[in-house]
Amino acid sequence: MTFLRKTLASGIALAATAMMATGAQAEISDNAVRIGYLADMSGTYRDLAGPGGLVALEMAVEDFGGSVNGAPIEVFSADDRNSADVGANTVRGWFDQENVDLVAGLVASSVTIAVTNVLKEHNGLGIVSGSAASSITNEHCTPNHIHWVYDTYPLANGTAKAVVEQGGDSWFLLTADYAFGHALEGDVIKVVEDSGGTIVGKIRHPFPTNDFSSYILQAQGSGAKIIGLANAGADTVNAITTASQFGVVQGGQQLAGLLIFLSDVHAMGLEATQGLLLTTGWYWDMDDEAREWAERYYERTERMPTMVQAGIYSSTMHYLKAMEEVGTDDPMTVKTRMAGTPVNDFFSRNGRIREDGRMVHDMYLAQVKSPDESTGEWDVYEILATIPAEEAYRPLSESQCDLVQN
Amino acid sequence: MTMIFGVPLAVFMGQLMLGLINGAFYALLSLGLAVIFGLLKIVNFAHGAQYMLGAFAALLALEYLGINYWVALLLVPLVVGGLGMVIERYLLRRIAHLDHLYGLLLTFGLALIAEGSLVNLFGVSGSSYPTPAALQGGINLGFMFLPTYRAWVLVAALVVCLGTWFIIERTRLGAYLRAGTENSALMQAFGVNVPLLVTLTYGFGVALAAFAGVLAAPLYPVSPTMGSSLLIVVFAVVVIGGMGSILGAIITGLSMGLIEGLTKVYYPEAANTVIFLVMILVLMLRPAGLFGKET
Repeated sequence: MTFLRKTLASGIALAATAMMATGAQAEISDNAVRIGYLADMSGTYRDLAGPGGLVALEMAVEDFGGSVNGAPIEVFSADDRNSADVGANTVRGWFDQENVDLVAGLVASSVTIAVTNVLKEHNGLGIVSGSAASSITNEHCTPNHIHWVYDTYPLANGTAKAVVEQGGDSWFLLTADYAFGHALEGDVIKVVEDSGGTIVGKIRHPFPTNDFSSYILQAQGSGAKIIGLANAGADTVNAITTASQFGVVQGGQQLAGLLIFLSDVHAMGLEATQGLLLTTGWYWDMDDEAREWAERYYERTERMPTMVQAGIYSSTMHYLKAMEEVGTDDPMTVKTRMAGTPVNDFFSRNGRIREDGRMVHDMYLAQVKSPDESTGEWDVYEILATIPAEEAYRPLSESQCDLVQN
Repeated sequence: MTMIFGVPLAVFMGQLMLGLINGAFYALLSLGLAVIFGLLKIVNFAHGAQYMLGAFAALLALEYLGINYWVALLLVPLVVGGLGMVIERYLLRRIAHLDHLYGLLLTFGLALIAEGSLVNLFGVSGSSYPTPAALQGGINLGFMFLPTYRAWVLVAALVVCLGTWFIIERTRLGAYLRAGTENSALMQAFGVNVPLLVTLTYGFGVALAAFAGVLAAPLYPVSPTMGSSLLIVVFAVVVIGGMGSILGAIITGLSMGLIEGLTKVYYPEAANTVIFLVMILVLMLRPAGLFGKET
């Protein structure tokens, strides 16, 4: 009898301890939510995310009220200088010294892939907003990150398909020679060939490249109808400017920019870019909700937000709301809640987070306006079509991600 | 169609032409570096930033003061060169008696400050500078469509390079300069104002960089980072040519442009590295550079 009572008593004590332990876990560790923003703050990709992305992140924190269930939200940032080593070491430091809860930003795909490995080692959570490589949620998927704004699959799927359908069936590709460029190149080749077009040649140019004249000349000599630019940022800008100097369009060829940001079009001007087809995840002037947020952002930065900057706000908000609901900063608990909640806000329509970490949402096929059509400095796109979320991204049936049961 | 190593002749000729144009740029920039190093023994790491300042000054002058391209081509090198003279007079001179490393660090620091401040003010996307009306359009050479502006760059860069070489190697002023750096005490005893010569020389080297910047403005987006990527390549060119050799810098600049141009056709992935491979080879076989004097 004594024995039984003792066993029972210790059993109850054990259960109580266990409950207390869960009780402790269900709070926010060290009573603060720490968000680290990692991005290219000074190089090629500065203007598409960079300091503007940090402003968007801070706007989200402010709009949320600055704390989650009483725990204050702290935001800090670092410049990855587009180096995978710098990025990975910074995030490692954030885990070791800052107790970081969420890594946000994440722009150059090579940096992101290195950082997601660190996230996995430390069982942390990251939201990728700036990167393009679709491999981030394909062969490089981890349970520890979510890919928010766009990736190379819908870019290729949207733009390349539309161009081939308009008769641009022979392509010459200029590819940035690193993870993102390779991913985009692969996706474009597949879409072009599936839609009945051919690839007549391709060049992988070093990243970054200043002088594109040689590559443009080779593309001109190839006789392809379309010169596809599987690069981004300053590389794309350089390529397009050089093409206009060498009279590519007058010679009967057309350019297809596969990854064009609002900041690129703004920098090049409408004269050089008019008529360009592109796919975007969001555009500031697409509807009232988008405009309202964009105006608030503009007041702080005097620039209109890119889709990446808008996505940073949207993803941070979704994260903070999920954390408030589950009452813990345990990464997997928060992620599960995020994945269980549809994403519908000024940025994302019909959005949901899939098991491979991809946030799929509606994408848009847009065309750059001519200088006559534009009514203002930032009035640059006309949205031609909406690509529904479920069609835009790589279907899970083709996924190579370990997290997906095929 | 005639083929050269699997590339049509026309494409091959076009690539040679572009290589030559890029080479002229390299020559112009490495010339400024070579003048500064050869005569003053300063490793001018601010050269890329000074090139960028040239392009920026031209852009801002056009936007805010309405100064056109041709005036900017003369005015901007004077202004940026003047800034260089101030840097020499008040900063570099104070450390002239120390190891070269100090000059390198100082100029590198100045470059970072210039670049960083402009990134903060203007971002990195840059803006475009319109091609001057007289140089718009292009010439059909039969094997390629050559934009008129690029032809002009080739001519302008070559004329300035050869002019500089002539002044330094063939005139009395150049002789003073060379003698002043060889033995400044003796030259001062002859009544030559050597410190002034040194200031002017640095200013001239900087003005060359700014001139190259104005030439580049209509070709590439004008952005604060446009100089830093070029600087390393230009340094490699100077090392290959032989630190301080004026003619070496010009010839090496042109030939590296050609080699890089051909790499872009046959193995584009290596286009950014090929010049450094040549540099390693040259350093192994002729440590003083192709045109450098053994010390």
